[in-house]
Amino acid sequence: MALQTNSRVIRWIDHRLPIFTFMNHELNEYPTPRNLSYMWNFGSLAGIALVIMIVTGILLAMQYTAHVDHAFDSVERIMRDVNYGWLLRYAHMNGASFFFIVVYIHILRGLYYGSYKAPREILWMIGVVILLLMMATAFMGYVLPWGQMSFWGATVITNLFSAIPLVGPDIVVWLWGGFSVDNPTLNRFFALHYLLPFVIVAMVFLHLWALHRFGSNNPLGIDAKGPQDKIPFHPYYTVKDLYGLGVFLILFAAFVFFAPNYMGHPDNYIEADPLVTPAHIVPEWYFLPFYAILRAITFDIGIPFTGIVLIDAKLGGVIAMFGSIAVLFVLPWLDGSPVRSGRFRPLFKQFFALFVVTCLVLGYMGAMPAEQPYVTISQIGTAYYFAYFLVILPLLSVLERPKPLPASISEPVLRGGGTVAGATAKPMEKP
Amino acid sequence: MRAIKHMGRLAACAVTAAALTVAAAPAPASAAEAVSHPDYEFSFDGIFGTFDQAALQRGFQVYEQVCAACHGIRLVAFRNLADLGYDEDEIKAIAARYQVEDGPNDQGEMFMREGIPADRFPSPYRNEQEARMMNGGAYPPDLSLMAKKRKGGADYIKALMVGYTEPPADVELTPGMYWNEYFPGHQIAMPQILYPDSVSYADGTPATIEQMSRDVATFLMWTAEPMLEDRKQMGIKVILFLLVFTGLMYAVKRKVWADLH
Repeated sequence: MALQTNSRVIRWIDHRLPIFTFMNHELNEYPTPRNLSYMWNFGSLAGIALVIMIVTGILLAMQYTAHVDHAFDSVERIMRDVNYGWLLRYAHMNGASFFFIVVYIHILRGLYYGSYKAPREILWMIGVVILLLMMATAFMGYVLPWGQMSFWGATVITNLFSAIPLVGPDIVVWLWGGFSVDNPTLNRFFALHYLLPFVIVAMVFLHLWALHRFGSNNPLGIDAKGPQDKIPFHPYYTVKDLYGLGVFLILFAAFVFFAPNYMGHPDNYIEADPLVTPAHIVPEWYFLPFYAILRAITFDIGIPFTGIVLIDAKLGGVIAMFGSIAVLFVLPWLDGSPVRSGRFRPLFKQFFALFVVTCLVLGYMGAMPAEQPYVTISQIGTAYYFAYFLVILPLLSVLERPKPLPASISEPVLRGGGTVAGATAKPMEKP
Repeated sequence: MRAIKHMGRLAACAVTAAALTVAAAPAPASAAEAVSHPDYEFSFDGIFGTFDQAALQRGFQVYEQVCAACHGIRLVAFRNLADLGYDEDEIKAIAARYQVEDGPNDQGEMFMREGIPADRFPSPYRNEQEARMMNGGAYPPDLSLMAKKRKGGADYIKALMVGYTEPPADVELTPGMYWNEYFPGHQIAMPQILYPDSVSYADGTPATIEQMSRDVATFLMWTAEPMLEDRKQMGIKVILFLLVFTGLMYAVKRKVWADLH
C-alpha cells in the first residue's frame, strides 16, 4: 500500500520512485514477531557497528599514508596532530573488536534458535559471506599501521596459501606483489580494506532483503499464525534497538576512552621490521579460535602403513581453518530437525552449550603457545567443533524427541497475562 | 577491573610459533619470556587520572640529561612541551638548545640550524647503523612509544630503571650485558644509568633513583599517549551522556511496550 502523506512533494516523488513507501514498509510498519528477546538486538547493532567502522575509516583514510616508510608515522601523526585523530583511531581499532563481539553473538543466537532453517537458508548463507568478508577486512586493516604484529601477522597468514599443492608458492608471490610482504602488499591491502566494507554493505542489503521476505525468526522458532503474533517494527523495535544501542555504546566508550589498547598487542607500537621476528605472533582476539583450529592439525594425513602423505600437517591446518567457516554454509542441510528453537530441543540444548564452551576454549588455546597440553586441548576442541556440525546435528535430527511446540506466538506471551483481547494488544490489525 | 586486566594478560600471553611454520613443530624455547613487574601507582592511572605536570617536567629533565645521550623521542615536537606547563618562550629556548638538520639551501647543501618549536626532537644517531656502532652492537630504541610498546607500559619502565642487580651466582653474563630483574630474559645491553643525584632537579626535589625512575616513566607515558587527559575527560562526559540516553531509552521502551504486556 502506498504511503499516506499530506506532503505533495513526497507524494510526487513517491509516485515516480516509491522509496518512501519502501522505507515505510520495511522500517516502519514491517511486521515483526512480538516475542523477540534482547538476543535479537544484535543484528541492528552489527549494522550500526558497520556504520561506525565506515565513517571512522573514511576519515582515517584521509590522513593515512599507505607506504612502508610512512604508514607507521602517519598513524602516529593521526594520534598526535590530527584533531580528534586519537578518537577516530581508537574508535576504529576497538570498533573492529566490538563489531566481532556483536556479530559472534548474532551468529550464536542464530545457531541456538535455528534461524538458519527453512525458509531462511539463503539469509543465513549471506550472513556467512558477511562474516568471511569481515574477517578479510579486519585482517587487512590490522596490517595498515605497519607495526610488528601487522607485518608478521600478514606474513604468517599470507604464507598459509603456500600450503596449496603445486601452485601455493606462486599464489603467495602473487598476493604479495613481490617476494615478501612489502610495499606492494601494503598498498593492495589498503585498497582492499577500503573496498571490502562497501561489499559488506551490499551483502547487508541482501541479508535484509532475504530477512524481510519471511521476517525475523523468534525465540519460539514457530511461524506467526496471524496478525496478533506480530507488531510493527516502529515504534516497538526501534525503541528497543535504541535502548540496546545505548548499552552497547556505554561498553564501547568504556574501552575507547579508558582502555583503548586493552584488546591490542603492544608489539604493534613497534614499527615493522622484516629482520626481527617477534617472539610471539598472535592474531587479534577475534581470530584466536580459528588460529587454534589451524594449529591443532599437527599431523600428516596419509594412507596408513604406506607412509604416503596425502595432506601434510600445514595444509591440513589450513583446510581445517577454512573448513570451520565453510561448514556453516551447509549447516541448513546438516540440521534436519523440523524444530527451530533450541528451547524445545532438550538434547540439542546441551550439545549447543558445549559448542559455545568449545569456541571459548579454542579462543583461549589460540592465545597459548603451541605446546602441550594446549595442542591436545585444541585438537579435542577442533574435533568437537566439527563433530557438532557434521555428526551431532545430523544425528539429533533423527534421534531427538523435541518437546511439544506452543500453538502460537501470542499464546505463551500472553499466558498468565490476563485477557488476550484489547485493541492495543493487536496493533497489527490497525488499519 | 583487576580481573579483566588479569584475563588480558592471559590472553596476551603470546603464542610461541615460528613465524613461517604453521604446523606446530616443537616450540622454540624463548629466552625472552616476560617477567612480571610491580604495579606502581601513577597519577595518570584510573579513569580520572591526569598527568602531574611537575613530574612531567622532572621526567623531561631526566630524559634530556640522561636518556637523550642514547635514545631519541622522534615523534615528539618541541611545541608539545606546552603540555608540560612550559610557555612559548621557554619552549623556544628549549628548542634552541638542539641542532636540527634542514635544507637543502640554495646551494643545494643540507645544513644544521637551531631548533624551533615546530621541529621534532632530533635523535642522537643518524641511523641504526651508527647507533649500533657506537653502542657495541646494541641499538638503543626510540622512546616515544616505549610506554605503549612494552607490556606493562610505565610500570615496566620504572621497574626496569630500578631493576639492576648483580646476576645470580649461577649465571654468567654475556660480555657487554647487564643483569636486570625486570628485563625479559634479564640480560640487557643497557647499563644502569640512574644513580642518586644523576640529575639535579630544577625544582629541588631530591633525585633518588626511585624519584627519577618514577618521573621518567611518567614523562614517557606522556610521550607515548599525549592525548591521555583529553581522552579520559571526554570519556567521562560521553559515558555520562550515554547513561542518561540509555536510561531515557529504557523508560521509553517500557512505556511503548506497556500496552503489549
